[in-house]
This record gives sequence, C-alpha cells and structure tokens, in this order.
Amino acid sequence: MRILYFAWVRDNIGYSQEELSCPKHVRTIHQLAEYLKLRSEGHARAFDDMSAIRAARNQQFVTHDTELSDADEIAFFPPVTGG
Amino acid sequence: MIKISIQQEDFDVSAEIKSISSKTVGAIATFSGIVRDSSESNPLISLTLEHYPGMSEAALEKIADAAMQKGSLEAVRIIHRVGRLLPEDNIVFVGCASAHRHAAFEGCRYIMDFLKTDAPFWKSEETQEGRIWVSEREKDQNASKSWLSKKT
Repeated sequence: MRILYFAWVRDNIGYSQEELSCPKHVRTIHQLAEYLKLRSEGHARAFDDMSAIRAARNQQFVTHDTELSDADEIAFFPPVTGG
Repeated sequence: MIKISIQQEDFDVSAEIKSISSKTVGAIATFSGIVRDSSESNPLISLTLEHYPGMSEAALEKIADAAMQKGSLEAVRIIHRVGRLLPEDNIVFVGCASAHRHAAFEGCRYIMDFLKTDAPFWKSEETQEGRIWVSEREKDQNASKSWLSKKT
C-alpha cells in the first residue's frame, strides 16, 4: 500500500510518502491511521485528532470507515484550503 | 470546452478571456483570487500553495464538468497556481463563457464554491512569526453545501 501525506500531516511525520503492507486487522482508513500512529512520535502527533484529518483512497475523497485493499494509494491531509 | 491548468507560473487574464471566447459566446464571467498582504493581524511575507498532483487536476476537472452540465456554459477555464506566492500575486483564475450572463456568473460562483471544499490544495502563510497552515473556513463548507439544497 502506498501512503501519501500532505500539508501539516506531512510536516509532523517528516516525509511525504511510504510504502507498507498492513496487518490483516487493518481494514479501514481509521484503523490504518491507528496503526500508523505506532510508527513514530510524528505519526502519533499527526493522527492525534482524527476529526482534523481528511483522507483519499485512489485519489477520491473518502470517509474514515472506508475499507482498504493492499493495492490502494491512500492519502492523509488536513481539510483543503485552496482557491 | 474545459481546460484546467495547475502551474507555478503566472497567467495573463486577458489572454485567458480570449481563449474561451467564440462567435456564440455573449458573456464571459471571470473570478480572480489574489494574495492579500496580511494574515489575521500580521503582515504576510508569502503564501505557499501545495496540492495533491493527479487528484487536484481530476478534482478541478470534475467540478468544471459539473458546472458545464448544470448551466449552459460553452467553455470553462480554471488555472490554479502552486508554490510560493507574494502579496498581490494571482492565485486562481476561473473563466466561464456562455451565451448569456446569468449562466456565466453562476458558473464562476459554483466552481469557486466547490474548489474551496473539493479540490486538494493547501495554503501555508509566512509571517514574521513563522509559517502556519491555513485552516478551513466553515463559511466555505456552507457555501458549497448550499448548492446541494438549491434547485436552479
């Protein structure tokens, strides 16, 4: 699975992407974030308040209860502020 | 016709207006988003825009498509700049061409309302106090939601 981070999510984590294969119990976006929190202090900081986190699965906005597959590209970022 | 660009370079508004004009177009409405010189109460040094390459183009395409289908637009042009911008720089341009003004005005409003909530771009502001990420505005969320409940 390819995981991308943007804006302050990336600033907290310290890099913009990583590849990993998740354990079987990680089935949703929310569970993935919980799993990623264990990887570093930066990840824990980034995912501390999940209400501030938006996600995309294969470049489409999705809710946190969306199911994942190992071939997905998942992105985590704050609410968008363009324009 | 829909044309989307995400670029670092500036653009020429009058050239963009010409690019969506044609013999059947009687009205072109445009929106320009420009960098202000202050953030809250602090003078702004620069604004940096980041995006999700691939998804941002697709998101703008989808918004432009929806605008075309909603109103009778003949052409839509969207340009969104990324990278480091200074006060008074252009950030975004939306141009909507139609036979008549109403559809052109509505097209611009619709596109900007959804661009604010449905396109993956993020702004950070540099002031003397450092760099901070801009947080979402509830007003923007409500503006795009209002289209869902409105019949036109």
